Amino acid sequence: MCLSVPAKVMEIEDKDHAIVDYGDGTSRKVNISLIDAKIGDYVLIHAGFAIQSIDEKEAMATIDIFREMMEG
Amino acid sequence: MFHLKDKDLAKKIVNDIKKKNLNLRFMHVCGTHQDTLVKNGLDVLFKECGIDIRQGPGCPVCVTTAKEIEKIMLLARKNKIITSFGDMINVPGEKESLRDLKGEGHDIRTVYSIEDAIKVAKENKNRDVVFMAIGFETTAPTTASVMLKDPPPNFSILSCHRLIPPALKAILDMGELKIDGFIEPGHVSTIIGLKPYEFISKNYKVPQVVAGFEPIDLLMGVWMLVKQIEKGEAIVENEYTRVVKKEGNPKALAAINEVFKIEDMAWRGFPVIPNSAMKLKKKFEDHDAEKIFEDELQEVNEKEFSEPEGCRCGEVLRGIITSEECPLFGKACIPSHPIGPCMVSAEGSCNIEFCYKRKK
Repeated sequence: MCLSVPAKVMEIEDKDHAIVDYGDGTSRKVNISLIDAKIGDYVLIHAGFAIQSIDEKEAMATIDIFREMMEG
Repeated sequence: MFHLKDKDLAKKIVNDIKKKNLNLRFMHVCGTHQDTLVKNGLDVLFKECGIDIRQGPGCPVCVTTAKEIEKIMLLARKNKIITSFGDMINVPGEKESLRDLKGEGHDIRTVYSIEDAIKVAKENKNRDVVFMAIGFETTAPTTASVMLKDPPPNFSILSCHRLIPPALKAILDMGELKIDGFIEPGHVSTIIGLKPYEFISKNYKVPQVVAGFEPIDLLMGVWMLVKQIEKGEAIVENEYTRVVKKEGNPKALAAINEVFKIEDMAWRGFPVIPNSAMKLKKKFEDHDAEKIFEDELQEVNEKEFSEPEGCRCGEVLRGIITSEECPLFGKACIPSHPIGPCMVSAEGSCNIEFCYKRKK
């Protein structure tokens, strides 16, 4: 139920909706009223709604911090 | 897209944990975590490292009670159009499921999003359309968002939305199982942030880590819990920083607060859990199926429903037994013929266990 899938915002359709690309050739209209989304953002989609933006840099930073911790 | 992989780091974490000679039990409350654990063999790997990980009540379909299912089925029998997420229609109430009713000719429609249910209502202006609103804090804002956008007059919801932190508290208060740490659900936490978990670490001294859903996320999350235990700490940490912010999603939280009030609620396998339900506030009662159809629902409201005979989903959901310890598992209860909800839902631990380990 809480399964959420990352997707890229391709087009803002109206105030509440955008077309997102799931990166596997599929795209879908989703509701973006719960976040501030703009074209090019990576967002997390749950039950047809974008529920958060994804911070790719933060993802890599988490790994880096961890690598340092493991070595320390 | 965003498949975090770091084989070298994963190996280091596993070797480090293996050296420690641990004997710990952690609980997570998310079907997607269970999927990652079992699909990648991490459950077995952690066990070899002395860490037993149980799922707990982290499956919205599974914790929905027979009574709630009977309510929606009664509305289906009374000629309403029922809209629901996929898994829910396969869960039996006392005897039948929504799928059975569909076979009998009742109008049951599976939707991917509550917005699809709104569309059904707009296309069927002369019929009542009821959406079975299940899900934790991740899903509740989607319902709230629609409620705030003036839904059609023939559209209502049966709110079965539930909150995770009160369930964690209930598990600890029941004290049936020693739990050394919680792996908190990444996408519930995306909405609620870290604060709602703090009372657990403070009052019960249980370490907690919010974790993501890649195998490396769970390895890191478990390692962080182990570190807290070694240091004698009990705090809320966040491994899933690429998505989970400390404050959660303020827009989604504002929508939840505007639409829902908090009430006590029974969960499958649990007694009534205080402050664990999200029900519609009075100003939305024109869209509250429990209010609109109060008279019709009375017969179900007054009745008590028992669990299917022999089904031990309740104990699985409390983490006391594993799926395989249920005598029905893989025998009388299989995904094509589920007895209990944990075998129905793709997020149920019995279904996950069966699909990855039994299907040869």
